[in-house]
Amino acid sequence: MSRVQNAVIGSVRTVVGWLPERWLPGGSPDPLIGRHGEVGRQLGHLDGPLKVTGAARFAAEVPLEQLCHAALVHSPVARGRIATLDTRAAEAAPGVVLVLTHRTMPRLEPVPLISITNMTAVGNSALPILQDPEIRYNGQVVALVLAETPQQADFAASLIDISYDEAPARTRFEAAKPQARTPASILVERNEEAVGDAEAALRQSAFQVDAIYTTPGHNHAAIEPHAVTAAWTGDRLVLHDATQAIAPTAAALAKLFDIRREDVRVLSPFVGGGFGAKGFWDHHVLAVAAARLVRRPVRLVLSREAVFRMVGGRSPTEQRVALAAEAGGRFTALIHTGYSVMPPYGACPEQYTLGSRALYRAQNVRFGQKHLDLDVVPNTYMRAPGEAVGSFALESAVDELAHQMSMDPIELRLRNDPEVHPLSGIPFSQRALAEAYRQGAEAFGWAARNATPRTRREGEWLLGMGCATGSFPYVRMPAGAVRIRLTRDGRASVACSAQDMGMGTATVQSQHAADRLGLPLAAVSFEMGDSDLPPAPMAGGSGQTVSIVAAVAAAATKLTGELLRLAGNASPLAGLRAGEVRLQEGGLVSLADPARRDSFDAILSRAGREDITVTESAAAPLEMFKYAMQSQSANFCDLRVSAVTGEIRITRLLGVFDVGTILNPRTAASQLRGGMIMGLGMALSEEVLFDERSGRIMNAGLADYHIPAHLDIPEIDVRWTGIPDPRSPLGARGIGEIAITGVAAAIANAVFNATGTRLRDLPLTLDKLLEEEGA
Amino acid sequence: MIPFSYSRAGTAEQATAAAASGHRLLGGGTNLVDLMRRGVEQPERLVDVTGLSDDIRPTPQGGLMIGGAVRNAALAGHPAVRREYPVLSRAVLAGASAQIRNMATVAGNIMQRTRCAYFTDAATRGCNKRSPGSGCDAQGGFSRYHAILGGSSACIATHPSDMCVALAALDAQVHLASAAGLRVVPLVEFHRLPGDAPHLDTVLQPGEIITALELPPPPAAMRSAYRKVRDRASYAFALVSVAACVTVDRGTLTDIRLAFGGIAPKPWRALRAEEALRGTPATPQAIAAALALDFAEAKPLDGNAFKLPLASRTAMAVLADLIGDAA
Repeated sequence: MSRVQNAVIGSVRTVVGWLPERWLPGGSPDPLIGRHGEVGRQLGHLDGPLKVTGAARFAAEVPLEQLCHAALVHSPVARGRIATLDTRAAEAAPGVVLVLTHRTMPRLEPVPLISITNMTAVGNSALPILQDPEIRYNGQVVALVLAETPQQADFAASLIDISYDEAPARTRFEAAKPQARTPASILVERNEEAVGDAEAALRQSAFQVDAIYTTPGHNHAAIEPHAVTAAWTGDRLVLHDATQAIAPTAAALAKLFDIRREDVRVLSPFVGGGFGAKGFWDHHVLAVAAARLVRRPVRLVLSREAVFRMVGGRSPTEQRVALAAEAGGRFTALIHTGYSVMPPYGACPEQYTLGSRALYRAQNVRFGQKHLDLDVVPNTYMRAPGEAVGSFALESAVDELAHQMSMDPIELRLRNDPEVHPLSGIPFSQRALAEAYRQGAEAFGWAARNATPRTRREGEWLLGMGCATGSFPYVRMPAGAVRIRLTRDGRASVACSAQDMGMGTATVQSQHAADRLGLPLAAVSFEMGDSDLPPAPMAGGSGQTVSIVAAVAAAATKLTGELLRLAGNASPLAGLRAGEVRLQEGGLVSLADPARRDSFDAILSRAGREDITVTESAAAPLEMFKYAMQSQSANFCDLRVSAVTGEIRITRLLGVFDVGTILNPRTAASQLRGGMIMGLGMALSEEVLFDERSGRIMNAGLADYHIPAHLDIPEIDVRWTGIPDPRSPLGARGIGEIAITGVAAAIANAVFNATGTRLRDLPLTLDKLLEEEGA
Repeated sequence: MIPFSYSRAGTAEQATAAAASGHRLLGGGTNLVDLMRRGVEQPERLVDVTGLSDDIRPTPQGGLMIGGAVRNAALAGHPAVRREYPVLSRAVLAGASAQIRNMATVAGNIMQRTRCAYFTDAATRGCNKRSPGSGCDAQGGFSRYHAILGGSSACIATHPSDMCVALAALDAQVHLASAAGLRVVPLVEFHRLPGDAPHLDTVLQPGEIITALELPPPPAAMRSAYRKVRDRASYAFALVSVAACVTVDRGTLTDIRLAFGGIAPKPWRALRAEEALRGTPATPQAIAAALALDFAEAKPLDGNAFKLPLASRTAMAVLADLIGDAA
């Protein structure tokens, strides 16, 4: 977040820019690109049968002897101090093992926040956890009760008597604006950027849009609430967790509880959805501390309400997008600024302007974000943080401008499609947005759209079509190692502490390892979910897959060298170097002369070995700085709006994704479709009802926080360009997050097409439509 | 959740005795148990009444008698209900989810409590319904799901049932029993307006239970419809709902019964509009003018003012469909 960071990142870009391509990762394309092996095949989740039969054990299901259960008490006030605290009744209640409050909690340092400079830091909140009587937000944990059963813990928690001295809390978005902070950087980018004089260009242009777009807070609602089961044996800790960050969690706990890293084992083989929520939160620290105090295993499962209260979601935003064009459609000005909530003890800057910086070429631009301090649970990463809400604002504005200019919105976008990154001038590694729109428009039947709003109708239903661009950057994490063990029978086990929140990590990594190692899929296994394995980076930024692929590729290269060394002079490959052979069909094969080959079995047998094991890390992800690497998508929506009630119902969604190589069409389509559904929820119904008087979330549950129900979800057509990125491992870019981006704008644009009413405030509910129409 | 005792009643007598001795009645538990989990309700003794009558049988007058323990799903799917009272079947199916409808009982549906967020969150201070005299945080807070009619300065919560809106339009009667005997109350008089005592949801007396619902025979040639307006296509409470039953004879509206959900503390019969329209051709202009009679006393807030035009427009569309189809 600092100016120093801006300088460091700037220097890295400059230096990497000077370096010849061949010295850098991605300089020469991955040889597996375009090879048709296991990668690219439709394959169901390898752990699917375990999950559907109930055999998969999640963190809240691990059976342990002597287990006790935790319940939490949350503050109902937003700011102040605990005035009186009486735990006697709770302590005397049946089955109670421990009552933990700020009086009895061990003193601990704050949790280091997630940052780009410390890859082992994993915290989402730097606030003290039960360290003092201060109340810092409504929902903060003020006590924990351990009992023999969850019901006993729950009951005892209700007996804790607390009174508060309330203090004024900062809970109002509007009121916080005068004190807004302007950070120097947003993630790895400089926050404020300007080229030319965008305000002047805006005033002077033939066509312009200048509007405020607002989005509410969103809460995480993964099917599995957060859960941990913590067990100490002496000074050794085993934590059964539901996490997106296994190795960083183990490192953070070791530091926090002052034990050796190798004495912490975090196990998280199955996670029921992450979306950014399954990071490191207070429940980790509370359960581990409590378990240590009582010398018994502790299970802490958050209620759905607790997830809303103590795990952050997406910040609300107020964004200004101003866009101007000359008559031919060329953008003369693009301004994207705004406010979001980011308390100083949080980690996520909700980078809603970053996508806009890469999407269009404009003569004059200005970007910048301001942060508001409120007394709230810190917001966190939530599927496509920044881009999800930023694309709503930007892509609504583009549609508004296109309408004003009587130009097709796709045409307007393509006239401003950049050839190089608009700010840095760095070339894109691969970019085919135009192709995505061409395919999408044809498959969707975009030509049937009537550009004049409110012209198509079926009975009381007004029909509309809209489109919008989505985008998400390529991310490869700068850490992570993989171990490969190859046995004489031609089987390989690939292992690292990877995470699978349901995307199919083990499935696609097995497919990749099979191709990389030249083995059939059945001969490969992928171990993960355990911090005792070589450390994988956290699953975030849609970057886990390529990060692990790069590490596996590096380990495979090392394995090749080791095998050649073992093969010795008796090998048909004698004299060849690692770069002159490849792993294929259960052995090493000369690239120049495929007749020269040596099987794994033969090499290991001659060497008198049963197996060979290598561990290697990937090279630093410098390709991210050498090239502009960005995924993009074309979203289409067909919907109907009741002219009577204003109810909006989606008829069809279609997305074409330009995301590089698709590793597994079946799992990818499912993940992309899920992202679009989340975008639909964001567009139509998801909204945290945050009462600014009390600082309290008033819809902390799935009955009132409306994610889409089955009946809201239409036919969704998911497609991709399938063009590999020549600079990334396997030609792939992440697909976890992009699918939510652009969907809300496509829907809002379709609502405008159907009704002639422009809604700039999410969610798009019927009351706003009726009000705008002056009903 | 606090510890509680659980017993079962096999007969109405056992149930009334239990109710008289301070037991709370448990039907499907789809609302009460939620509220117990959240600390809003803290009964110490529950008596399960799902063993009471779950019969649906014809009455000598040609109507239907529906046992209080009939599950919502069974009610919606009953052939006589679907044939004679389709508006009721539609309303029930518009509510909740299939799983909840399989559990919830008819009496429990009538007795369910408001979903006002300030009522269902025990950590919120101001709720006169939950804690008399504590105030009403919904006013000045989130009031999108709240009443525009029938509320008071003490409470603007709505009754969330879909089923009851149809029952109101069908002139259903609620059969009650207690140690003192039996009585029958029209459904439209069963739920109370909050006034200055919003903690009292209904006219049910201590020790009194709902044994059955009675539907009078449907008028000949009655046409009916239930339309629910909501944010999500399913599993969401009504912002506004309309149940309408009409009889049209050669272009004249000979009978009309019109009830609204989502806009008042109880299912709201639009009696003035009914009276104004009965015996007329019911043109769109006449319908709009008639509805205005009922909505004249509406007291909308910023958060729910949209319900006024929405209720009107929805009712007009529903009536236009029914009358148009009949013509």
